[in-house]
Amino acid sequence: MAIEVNKCVGCADCVVACQTENNVPHGYSRDWIVEIARGEYPDLYMHFESQRCNHCDDTPCVRTCPTGASHIIEGGIVKVTHDECIGCGACIEACPYDARYFHPEGYVDKCTFCDHRVADGLDPACVSVCPTTCMHFGDLDDPDSEISKLIRTRENYTLIPEAGTNPQIFYLK
Amino acid sequence: MSKLNRRDFIKISGTASAGMVMTPPLTSIWKTIFSDEEKPLLENEAKKVPTVCEVCFWNCAGWTYLDKEGNIKKIIGNDIDPHSNGRLCPRGTGGLGMYYDEDRLKKPLIRVKREDGKSEFREAEWDEALDLVATKMKEIEKKYGKESMALLFHGKTGPHFEHLFKAWGSDTMGEPAGAQCLITREAGFIATYGAGLASPEPTDVRNTDCLVLIGNHIGENMHNGHVQEVSALIDKGGTIITVDPRFSTMAAHSTKWLPIKPSTDLALLLAWMNVIINEGLYDKDYVEQYTYGFEQLKDHVQKYTPEWAESITTIPAGDIYETARLMGGASPRVIIHPGRHTAWYGDDTQRTRAIAILNAILGSWGREGGFYFPEKVKLPKEAHPPFPKPKWTWKDISRDKHKLAIMGITNELIDHALPEYKGPYKIKGMFITATNPLQSIPSQDTIRRALDNQDFVVVVDTMPAEITGYADVVLPEATYLERLDHLRTAHHRQPNIALRYPAVEPKYDTKPGWWIAREIGIRLGLHDYYEWEDFEEVLDWQLKQVGSSMEEMKKVGVKYFPRKTPMYLKPGEEYWFNTNTGKIELYSTDFEEWGYDPLPVYKDHGENPPGFLRLIYGRLPMHTFGRTLNNPNLFDLKHDPHLWVHPKVARIYGLENGQEVWLKNPKGKVSSFPIKVRVTERIRHDSVFMPHGFGNKGRIWVDGKKLEMHRAYGRGILDSEMIYNIEIDPVTGGTGLRNNFVTILTENPHKKEAKS
Repeated sequence: MAIEVNKCVGCADCVVACQTENNVPHGYSRDWIVEIARGEYPDLYMHFESQRCNHCDDTPCVRTCPTGASHIIEGGIVKVTHDECIGCGACIEACPYDARYFHPEGYVDKCTFCDHRVADGLDPACVSVCPTTCMHFGDLDDPDSEISKLIRTRENYTLIPEAGTNPQIFYLK
Repeated sequence: MSKLNRRDFIKISGTASAGMVMTPPLTSIWKTIFSDEEKPLLENEAKKVPTVCEVCFWNCAGWTYLDKEGNIKKIIGNDIDPHSNGRLCPRGTGGLGMYYDEDRLKKPLIRVKREDGKSEFREAEWDEALDLVATKMKEIEKKYGKESMALLFHGKTGPHFEHLFKAWGSDTMGEPAGAQCLITREAGFIATYGAGLASPEPTDVRNTDCLVLIGNHIGENMHNGHVQEVSALIDKGGTIITVDPRFSTMAAHSTKWLPIKPSTDLALLLAWMNVIINEGLYDKDYVEQYTYGFEQLKDHVQKYTPEWAESITTIPAGDIYETARLMGGASPRVIIHPGRHTAWYGDDTQRTRAIAILNAILGSWGREGGFYFPEKVKLPKEAHPPFPKPKWTWKDISRDKHKLAIMGITNELIDHALPEYKGPYKIKGMFITATNPLQSIPSQDTIRRALDNQDFVVVVDTMPAEITGYADVVLPEATYLERLDHLRTAHHRQPNIALRYPAVEPKYDTKPGWWIAREIGIRLGLHDYYEWEDFEEVLDWQLKQVGSSMEEMKKVGVKYFPRKTPMYLKPGEEYWFNTNTGKIELYSTDFEEWGYDPLPVYKDHGENPPGFLRLIYGRLPMHTFGRTLNNPNLFDLKHDPHLWVHPKVARIYGLENGQEVWLKNPKGKVSSFPIKVRVTERIRHDSVFMPHGFGNKGRIWVDGKKLEMHRAYGRGILDSEMIYNIEIDPVTGGTGLRNNFVTILTENPHKKEAKS
């Protein structure tokens, strides 16, 4: 996934679209908005980041899961099998992005990149609803995909790269 | 870098704080007993019903998706809709929360006196409530005349009640969308071009090279189509100039941000004209062919130099020159955006006229990348006898004083409802639908006195807002997802219509607005104006007249029609503008005749009272005024409003992030509730900012039980509560609300009162 921070207005449509798409209970969310501001009035800089599970290549959450509920599916999406999750919370502690939460029904829940939509050829709900079209989703393994081109040609960064998890969400400046 | 902690940044948006507490999960055994995990619903597996969003006035068209059991699961934009282009904003996406909100008005309510003398509501059946409304309206007619019953309205439900009132014989009506919002801008453009802007504004943002936003927070206001087009403009590297005392979202995305001193915008506009004219950056052929009064304008702006403007606006003269040249370089593909809520300082028609004039000299009106000529579909109206002519109307209240009061001035209707009003146009009954005057019209005390002075007040709404507590009868309306309304015919690049069709039956004992209006109409003997039983018949007939049908519209949601005129002026095309001179009036002949300044003159709006900070209010992208705060989906996104204060101010008052404070205005009025502080460099040191619409304090008692918007109640401060200085725009009657000041209280002022 790639997100253009120069266009995002921080409206949180991605958050509510995820909630309604994935039946996320009120009071919880799989994605959220962060404001990054620096400088002193009037020399200021600010952008928003729509954040969620980074679907890392090197996944401390999967490594720490004692039951195998946390796993990586074909294509690289990190998922939790709810029925196998015992709710020990190890993955929550291991995630440097705080991207996981305890679902009130007793399992750990997180962003799935809407794999049910992706399998159907659709974009994740957050991407498809964004009014600014600042979010892009695609196959990073395919060098010719639109998203691969975007990441190659635009200056970008990932979150907490020093955690060494090789996150797969790229923020384009 | 420290580990990101989601609990720290829910201040921006995310989830409810309670939900963030990490509670241990249930064991897996409990899970298997209770788990009823819902699977996501894919669009292609769902039933879909067309809708037109009612969460804001942008009225995007979309689809309501239902699962097999007929439950509303999600709302997604209609791909062919020009308002949304298939992408709703967070409010539209979360619109289903309006339907599911458990605090909705559920039954008709009638005010009763309790034994202890206090009043409360009791639930009633529709027949009884409607009979009572009709009886009371007839009583007002008998006692004072039909004209003394006023209608205050908003949104798509409004036209049903406008029809009722006109059929009955009252045209005493107004909506806050006028005097409290965009009337001054409409007037400024009408005086200049002979045409207003309406909604959506016909700004050709996606084709422009330079967009100028003055106190216009696109991205914080989610005017969907414009947000999308601005995003496209960023993509193509267009110039965006934002003028704002606050480092707004769009300021952050701009090529150039001009951090202006509040209330001095007109000085900047005049200085821009000075540079553009004196440096010959204006569109000479266009000005020559289409405008009137250029020489007067040129003379007029000579004194308004950038150096002069620097001393007023605090914007360096160099930046004023630079931005004027950027605009001139882009001419005619430039838009100085008219804004929407433009009721600021009491000379707002003059300021918006300066915007209109600046666009005119840059040749952007009627040009690609400037303002396009919009077109709309004119639907035939259903046949009914002519409306009776009232003895007086809202025009008699406002037009003498304000020549361009182009719609009912709500605050003047309120003035005519006060006990001290002794003139001929007295208001003694109010019918209020889909607006909450305690929040939407300034001066709460005046409104309360006006409401207390009414013989009868009816409120039609979906939620128990503050106004509900002042009603004699409350009629619960179905939400937009449960009802049919007029077709959306708003103008756009391509004329189009959109259908809102009920996705589900009305929940609880609620009814659609058209049904409520018709039932009252029938009780008032207005059968001739309601020769249909179901509003669907009217729409079906209208659709057939324009070659469509209900059946077709249910399938497509949005339908386009061919344009009849070109979208832009052709080079050198002769064009007649609807003004006295037939030209774009840089110099307004109407204003000259009416005694207003024919060219905008800068007026000083004064300084902050010592010890007080200017109150700047604005929008959050996930809320529409106070209406959405209790929506469970949108509440999740933002429920804790913040008062933005500059670090200097924080030091002076000793404030910390997250600290609760109260506000007090120079009249001594103290806010009912506290608000949390947010210390940020994004606001000037002489001002504070908070979002509009919070601080809900509506609470009613129904049969001994409390009814309120329980999520929204008491959260944050309502700006309308603090606003004491209302500066009336002489041209329109619009209410300038931004010359208001507050100071910050760190101790709970209500606690003190209780002790003493």
